[in-house]
This record gives sequence, C-alpha cells and structure tokens, in this order.
Amino acid sequence: MAKLILSLDGSVIRDVPLDKERVTIGRKPQNDIQIENLAVSSEHACIVTILNDSFLEDLGSTNGTLVNGNPIKKHILQNNDVIEVGKYKLKYIADMPGAGQATPDDFEKTMVLRSPAAKPAGPKSAGDTQAFAAQTASNVTSAQAPKPTASAAPAPAPAAPLAAVQILNGPSAGKELELTKNLTTLGKPGVQVAVITRRPQGYFITHVEGASFPVVNGKTLDAQAYPLKDHDVIELTGVKMEFFIKTK
Amino acid sequence: MNLSAALEVATATHSGMVRSHNEDSIAADAEIGLAVLADGMGGYNAGEVASGIAVAMVSAEIKKTLGGASGKIPDSGADSLINEQAINANLAIYQAAQSQSQYAGMGTTLVTALWHDNQMTVGHIGDSRLYRLRDDAFEQVTRDHSLLQEQIDSGMITKEQARFSQNKNLVTRAVGIDPEVEVEVHTYPVLPGDIYLLCSDGLSDMVTDEDIHLTLSSLQANLPLAAEQLVQQANDNGGRDNISVILVRVVKDFPAPRAGWLETLKAWFR
Repeated sequence: MAKLILSLDGSVIRDVPLDKERVTIGRKPQNDIQIENLAVSSEHACIVTILNDSFLEDLGSTNGTLVNGNPIKKHILQNNDVIEVGKYKLKYIADMPGAGQATPDDFEKTMVLRSPAAKPAGPKSAGDTQAFAAQTASNVTSAQAPKPTASAAPAPAPAAPLAAVQILNGPSAGKELELTKNLTTLGKPGVQVAVITRRPQGYFITHVEGASFPVVNGKTLDAQAYPLKDHDVIELTGVKMEFFIKTK
Repeated sequence: MNLSAALEVATATHSGMVRSHNEDSIAADAEIGLAVLADGMGGYNAGEVASGIAVAMVSAEIKKTLGGASGKIPDSGADSLINEQAINANLAIYQAAQSQSQYAGMGTTLVTALWHDNQMTVGHIGDSRLYRLRDDAFEQVTRDHSLLQEQIDSGMITKEQARFSQNKNLVTRAVGIDPEVEVEVHTYPVLPGDIYLLCSDGLSDMVTDEDIHLTLSSLQANLPLAAEQLVQQANDNGGRDNISVILVRVVKDFPAPRAGWLETLKAWFR
C-alpha cells in the first residue's frame, strides 16, 4: 500500500497509509490527515487512490498545495513526490511489490474491468468515475491483482550521440544537417529517398523509394538497414555527403 | 468489388522485447478492403487463442460476404456487418472460455476496419486503436474503452499526465468476457492519400503519437518499411508488450458501382 510520510522542518511526525479511496488533508478534525496550522485551509486537499494510482487534488485552499515546489490543482503522484501544505511536508511513497513477486512477464498484462451492467456508456462526471472505480477495483477479471510497475512510462532509450551529415558537392556543398530526430529523410521524393534512423545502437541508413539504392563509401546498399560509421560517405541522387558524429 | 488497386496494405507484428508469446493477431486483405487486429489477454496461451478466434472468425465471415464476383456490402450496411461479426466472435470466445477451464477468463480487444464506397467503417472494442494520417494531420480515430480514457474524459487527469499513469492496462470493454458485447461502430469519408494505422497498445504505449506521425509522414513512400520501423521504435523504447501494426494507404477513389440505367443498358449489350 502506498503511504505518506508527514514531516515538519525535516523531522518526521508520522506515516499515513493511503488505505482509503479518498484521504483528505486539512485543518478541521474531520480530515483524515489533520494539520492544525493556520496556513492550512479547513479542507485543503485530498488524495484519491484507484488501484495503483494516487491522484492529489487541491480543494481550493487559500495558500495552495505544492508538489516538488510547484503549485498544482491536480497531480498524479509519483514515487518520492513531496507535497507541501503550509510548512508541512508529505512525502509520497508508492507501493513497491517485492521484486520476487512479479515476473517481468506479468507486467502490463491487459486486464478487463467489468463494469456493472446498468452502467451507461459515455463520459461521466469525476464523482461518478470515482464511485465506478471503487466498485470495479474489486472486480478485476484476472487471477492476479494488477502488478504495479516501477516504471510505467516508457524508459527513455539511451540516446545515441548527436550526429550530422554534411553535403560535399553541388550547389549546397558545405551545408550541414543535424540528425536530431529519430528519422531524417534525405533525397528527392518521387526520385530517390533514404532515411537515417537514430536508434540506441547508433545510426542506420535505409532505402525508402526510387529505382536506385543509396551508395555508402562507393558500395551500393541493398534493402537492409545499414549501420553508419563516423565519416562514412553517402551518395544519393548524385549528391555526396559525409556522416559524422558530433559529440562523443 | 476488388479494391486491391485502390488500397495498399502493409503489416507487421512482433512479440516485443519482454514477452515470449505474441498474443496479438492480425489479418488484412486489400482485395475486399478489410483490416482486423486483436490483442488477446488471459493466462498461458489463452490470449493467443482469444485474439486468434476473433480475427479468424471476423475476417473469414466478412470475406465470405464480400469475396467473389458477386460480393458486395449487404443492404443492412457495413456497420451492421462489422457489429454482427464482432458479436459472433464474442459469443464463440465466451463459450470456449466457459467450457474449457484453461481458457477461463480469456478475452481480446478488436478493431475491424472496412473500406467501401469511398468510406471506411470501423468497429472497435477495447484499447487497440485506429489512427488516420491525412495531409499533415495525424489523428486518433477510435477512442479507447479503458479506465484511463474514462479518467481523461471525466477531467480527473490530462492526456499528458496519462502517460505516467500506472493504470494503462485496464480495459473497460473486451470481446469474450461477457455473453454480450457492445461494439462501437462509426463510418468516415475517405480521401485518396489517407494512411490508416491499426495498432495494439504495444505500439501506442511505447511510441508517442508525435513519433508515430513523424515515421508515417517521412516513410509514407514505403509502407512496409514504415510498419517495420514502427515496430522497431517500440522495441527500441523497451518493447514491453506485443506490437502489431496494420497500415492501409488509399491510393485512389473506390466508389461502389452504381447500377444506373446507363450501366444496366451497357451490361445488356455486352
């Protein structure tokens, strides 16, 4: 279960488990997390937890709610986010299952949430969705409970070093084209086009269209992607250009 | 009516970098203007079974209706054809899941797209998608049946925040889970030059819409390469799920033959 660590001026006051669908934070005693401080509004913020996601929402507080120093209205909490309410800090610790519990194969399996038969389709208000999610959370059609993934967002691939091509002949000789995008096409559409792809493993050139294939270092390529090396010379529609790595 | 001169099709499917099985199933046929994609779920091999049944049934039945010289869209319309086939597939999967314990709980997403008479009719269930590239506009045509989409619709989270959600993998509708299923079917006009992309969430979760757009627009001259490139990008980004891609390019107009008096007369003299 995810939890919050409540602290003031660096000293921990207590741990608060997010064991309810909706946990409220405020100055008044009816709040789940009561903070008796004048800078805290009577109903300051709330955290709604649906399966593995916790959503923080500011309830129109006078002094606002910060996450990692930035004011927010709504925010999906990420592990180690620090919520600031007045002078108090609440650190969010996501639920991390033991590494042995989940095999990689269990990650991100698609599962079905069975909605109650009477539930009308179409957009709903936020209140409805929360109620619906609460109902369905126990209704997940799968033998296993959903496994939280430590990194739900795609892991950014290690970036290849920046490279460029420089045109060696013709009217645009000397012109340089930086390969900053994942795909850069070269040539004349309808005549001959090749694409340079930027991948974690490096740069590759592939023939896209046209009767003739690109030439690298005097050798004509086939339909396969060809890995480019520093200072390779590419020839396309009579234009020669040099591929080179800019930063190492 | 044979559409193979009007439509160009390319497909690619891959199990990804993490999974050992490919639970996606695809079928595409330019001749009858059909593309079907399903992303199965369920333990052991049941996901493959569910998506396999869905794609095989839907494509075989639609082929039977539209194939051959006399084949044409029934009078009831393409939407009811797609709807009917999805309902049949749902029942078949549901019954298989009920009768065989190893298939219990299996299900699948399904996208079926049919091109006919300068239009496209798409029916979908779950979070497999259909996108369209028209001129320079790249748009998601289908709307996921997923918890995340409902959260976005209700304003709980924004599309940007959704990228970081942990609830990506919860669909609110699927084929084969219940005895009944609701198919969402729409028909759109089609223009020559349009490129349509059907994909499983293994692509849309791993590659941003911007990157998919860039890939399609720069590689549109070579559709098979574009399909391969999309799969490669999903794998380069981690390839955590099976990845399937169907690309359909509209090469030219494909109006349905009208049986006007002139045609009838000409046919009579032939």
